[in-house]
Amino acid sequence: MNVVETIERSVIQTENLQFYYGTHHALKNINLKFEEKKITALIGPSGCGKSTFLRTMNRMNDLIPGVRTEGAIWIGNENITEPSIDPVELRKKVGMVFQHASVFPFSIYENIAYGPRTHGERNKKVLDEIVEENLRAAALWDEVKDHLDHPATGLSGGQQQRLTIARTLATKPEILLMDEPTSALDPISTAKVEDLIRTLKERYTIIIVTHNMQQAARISDFTAFFLNGEVKEYGQTATLFSNPLFSETKDYIAGKFG
Amino acid sequence: MSAKSTDRLATAGLYVIVGIIITVLAGLLGFVFVKGIPQLSWQFITTPPQIFKEGGGVGPQLFNSFYLLVLTLMIAVPIAIGAGIYLAEYARDHWIIRCIRVLIEVLSSLPSIVVGLFGFLFFVLYMGWGFSILSGAFALSLFNLPLLVRVVEQSIRNIPKSQREAGWALGFSKWETITTIILPAALPGIVTGVILASGRVFGEAAALIYTAGMSTPIIDFTNWNPLSPTSPLNPFRPAETLAVHIWKINGEGIMPDAAAISDGAAALLIISILFFNFTSRFIGNLMFKKMGAN
Ligand SMILES: Nc1ncnc2c1ncn2[C@@H]1O[C@H](COP(=O)(O)OP(=O)(O)OP(=O)(O)O)[C@@H](O)[C@H]1O
Ligand SMILES: [Mg+2]
Repeated sequence: MNVVETIERSVIQTENLQFYYGTHHALKNINLKFEEKKITALIGPSGCGKSTFLRTMNRMNDLIPGVRTEGAIWIGNENITEPSIDPVELRKKVGMVFQHASVFPFSIYENIAYGPRTHGERNKKVLDEIVEENLRAAALWDEVKDHLDHPATGLSGGQQQRLTIARTLATKPEILLMDEPTSALDPISTAKVEDLIRTLKERYTIIIVTHNMQQAARISDFTAFFLNGEVKEYGQTATLFSNPLFSETKDYIAGKFG
Repeated sequence: MSAKSTDRLATAGLYVIVGIIITVLAGLLGFVFVKGIPQLSWQFITTPPQIFKEGGGVGPQLFNSFYLLVLTLMIAVPIAIGAGIYLAEYARDHWIIRCIRVLIEVLSSLPSIVVGLFGFLFFVLYMGWGFSILSGAFALSLFNLPLLVRVVEQSIRNIPKSQREAGWALGFSKWETITTIILPAALPGIVTGVILASGRVFGEAAALIYTAGMSTPIIDFTNWNPLSPTSPLNPFRPAETLAVHIWKINGEGIMPDAAAISDGAAALLIISILFFNFTSRFIGNLMFKKMGAN
């Protein structure tokens, strides 16, 4: 396991991170640094622990009974695995987008306004602005601005995914975790979401799980290759794809297993 | 016999069974309606009954049925929502929880007369509320809670896990996620259940005989002060409902037109219950549409 030396301003760093589902040791000694305002792709065969790793960073795994985390995850200068960290507050800073867009069965407007309102914003004008700003940021505004009151479930799959991204942005996160955000989408919607992710890089640190090697190559700056709960190889995407250190990495990228 | 003819035979068998059920139902409804609907008139549904003379109505009884229904729902629905949320979202698999579930099952299969007798001992005598709407409402709440709790729990469980995770990932506490995402999404199912329970409350007699009583004092429909003894809203007055009234006049009605009144009241009762069933579907559908679910 080699830590990337070029990373200087890391915002997230894991230290000997171990994770267990009961007795199943799902993450083994993960030491990774993620650079600020860059996109890092997590790749690896099914079941190797990518989602588990992503979910340790916003403590979503806490909600599963019988799990255990060891080691540290530093975000800024806080170790977020400490019991003193409130996971609810943490999740406002560390946003997450899922594989299947789970829009709420409310209107498009409500899907975005819902978060800020529950977090205390009551001013209708401010909420209007938040909705517009984040729909624009998610490149969805032009498509939906005339029917914000329509049910969000009526949108296409790609639009729904961009809506969930807008919804996540509305809680003003600093870090975005994305778990296979385009794997349920058609190629055109995928291209739109990828464009969006690239523009989001200016403001957010992004970690994205993907099974699509071209996608990882197209959008990410760094790539971590997971295998059986361990990080087998980590480096700049261009290097890792053109010059992998390990034969497993090479075979996986070439589609020989996974 | 070839697979095809077995299939035909089975299909024919099922049609016959369905046919029998529909005939029995239609016969029952037809019988009640043919005998009862001619008795219905504005005067019948607004005036009080006569004890010795012809031409009495069922006005107070109809009002009592609705009032009892409202009170029962006001008691039972909040409890059911609380218990349903707990069972669906918080309860772990533990022997105490399993006991609670068994108790709910048992309670849901208690005959209503038993619930009525319990209500008599506890609410009427022990609590000292006498034969009153309040005693009746509590007894019926007890009677309907198991059904309601199960409906609420099931409606909540039907909301996919992804919705909860989406809420948590946005930085909502578990409670915020439940109250602002899960409950609104589960509302159509809950409403359907509540209205079906309403039908049961409206048609219930056995549990009310010993709790809400079999008489209605003279009430003054212009007096809406709930504390006044002659007010229809007074929860401590006895209140005979439509269903109890039917039961009573069939047993001891001494007015000359007792049979006709009981027919009319029966038709009125069934119309009200059908009304609940259809509104339940209608409101449920409306909510599904409004919430954008498909
Ligand atoms: N809730 C859970 N309880 C128990 N074991 C789990 C749970 N979730 C995942 N696992 C196990 O942990 C391991 C890693 O799973 P994880 O979902 O992180 O893999 P992944 O790399 O995201 O796979 P995929 O590419 O298929 O999404 C797997 O062996 C899986 O069976
Ligand atoms: Mg996964």
